[in-house]
Amino acid sequence: MQKLVRKLLQRNETYIFLIIFALSLVIQVRSGQFYTPNNIVDILSAMIVPGLFAVGAFLVILTGGIDVSFPALASLTAYATTKYLLDTNYEGNILIPILMALVIGAILGAVNGFFIGYMNLPAMIVTLGTASVFKGIMQGTLESKQLAVIPSGMKDFGTSSLFTATNAQSGLSSRMPVAFLVVIFVYVLAFFVLRYTILGRGIYAIGGNENAAYNAGYKVKRTKFLLYVFAGMTASVAGIIRVCMMQQCHPTNMLGMEMNIIAGVVLGGTAIVGGRGTLTGCFLGTLLIVMVENSMILIGVPVIWKGVFVGLLIVIGTAVSAYQSTKAGTKRAKKREEAA
Amino acid sequence: MENKQAGAGSKIKNIYKSDRHMWRLIIIMILWFVFMAVTKFSKFYTVVNFQTMFAQFPEFGLMSLGVMVCMITGGIDLSTVGVANMTGISMALLMQWASGESQELSPIWILIVFVLAILIGMVTGAINGILVSKVHIPPILATLGTGQLFTGLGLVMTNGSAISGFPSTYAFSINNRVAGIPVQFLIFVVVAIVMAFLLSKTTYGKKLMLIGTNENVAKFSGLKVDHILIKTYTLSGICSALGGMIMLANYNSARSDYGSNYTLQCILIVVLGGVSPNGGKGKISGVLLAIFLVRALETGINRFPQISSYYISLIWGAVLIFVMVLNYFTENNVKLFSKKKA
Repeated sequence: MQKLVRKLLQRNETYIFLIIFALSLVIQVRSGQFYTPNNIVDILSAMIVPGLFAVGAFLVILTGGIDVSFPALASLTAYATTKYLLDTNYEGNILIPILMALVIGAILGAVNGFFIGYMNLPAMIVTLGTASVFKGIMQGTLESKQLAVIPSGMKDFGTSSLFTATNAQSGLSSRMPVAFLVVIFVYVLAFFVLRYTILGRGIYAIGGNENAAYNAGYKVKRTKFLLYVFAGMTASVAGIIRVCMMQQCHPTNMLGMEMNIIAGVVLGGTAIVGGRGTLTGCFLGTLLIVMVENSMILIGVPVIWKGVFVGLLIVIGTAVSAYQSTKAGTKRAKKREEAA
Repeated sequence: MENKQAGAGSKIKNIYKSDRHMWRLIIIMILWFVFMAVTKFSKFYTVVNFQTMFAQFPEFGLMSLGVMVCMITGGIDLSTVGVANMTGISMALLMQWASGESQELSPIWILIVFVLAILIGMVTGAINGILVSKVHIPPILATLGTGQLFTGLGLVMTNGSAISGFPSTYAFSINNRVAGIPVQFLIFVVVAIVMAFLLSKTTYGKKLMLIGTNENVAKFSGLKVDHILIKTYTLSGICSALGGMIMLANYNSARSDYGSNYTLQCILIVVLGGVSPNGGKGKISGVLLAIFLVRALETGINRFPQISSYYISLIWGAVLIFVMVLNYFTENNVKLFSKKKA
């Protein structure tokens, strides 16, 4: 038991969980609205899109890279898919839109993957560039405008729910969208890949030390390439789901989300230099950011302060994780000295 | 390998090879100016057009200089736009307060405002520097976070709207021209000269390069890496703050989301100017040329009304990636189009 406690105390996830718990208590005390069925369901449904983005960003950061292009990528895919289906009077179900998004997302992700994986260019600058290109294609070439109507199949998918939670006191109810199943699927998939496949172990190995991973026989270039393709695909699905849930396609309102998502992933204990991090941490970090964004009103903080709080959260969170990793580094060095 | 006839050619080749980035930029620039001369001569080659260009580029030019010094150390500064906007907003509010009801402002305030702006830049830059050097947060994340924070603070100060009702004395004096040269450009020249001096004539510049090349070696050779990093980010903060002051004058208003695409543009300029994103390499002359080239390109594109302004972001992104690929080929000595030697 003691061993378990000590082990838990060493893990970043525990602290994030405690912070989330403390924050939820504060919200509960101030508003009495947090631990109500409908609020929990609301937060989970607000987690769908950021959660999907976060998996892609998490895997990329694990290899020591970074991707800031996913909101632009998702916007472009979602807009192109919706627009095309509207123009062709598509009447079918959600499968075709998701499939189209996957294909477009894979192609766009492959562009990132090619430059970063095969040409070994700095990930940050490449994705900044591609983000700008994707945005330019969407607004310039496709002349994106807000689409108030979306195909019926997508609309049905957005409105269908797994179950509905009702708050007995206020009578407010919230739906749990079917799309949440997609999030669960992606997380389970990522979990198995990371834990049980050579590809997944390779991701950690590359993040830890790229040259060592290469010498150990991991296909470094291909792994990186595939990761960016995967990140593009999850981001595109997230984009489509967002369009379905909002019942309209607003081309630019996803842009700028990248900072918060990356912040969430890093808050969850993923090392920005790669090699360390867990899926649980990624989920919890994203949850914390979503909670801060959604619950500011519940504790009576004006929405205008949101940027300040998220910025502070990023700085403090990364400072703590940087401090921990330097401490671990000196500890290791000391041990080595003692051994010598 | 080369016979005598190719002697002149190889000489040119050697000159080209001595500074590839510079010559590449100069060639692109000449091509662009020729292209503009052929297509839109009467609209592009006017004194007013050039004066506008020289008044416009200092705002992002100053920010690019800041990003440049950070990138030479192997870091990056993504908070420039946030710092610029926050400075602009707070100074606009200050001038509003100072002028009161009368809407009059004595010229001494312009000096005060600039000194305060530099102070704000120093403080914000020092925060970045401390986060990067002492707390060991990777520069990308640290400046991303502080950038968000400063933008957020600007949003809180303005309540999300633009501040415009401050005395026109300020905008008027900055938008003025001295002997036909815009004041903004003069400010930029002063900063650029200081930067060039710091980089090439002082030990600080040499230390900067060493840190960028290999931080560990720099540490072991006795450099106070933390100090130098804090200085560098402070310098970048000052540049951004001055950029913000020029933005304030150019728009005659301040808002938290002005110039949001300048982050990308600054990185593009710095990479285009031959600074290596991994640090250790870079010259101010290349960056200055790149700043002017980017402005000339954008102004030129704007002369074609049929090209939607949304294409600019596409073009910048594509140019950025293209330049990186080009650098990749030259650095790895991959020759695509040369004859294979027997």
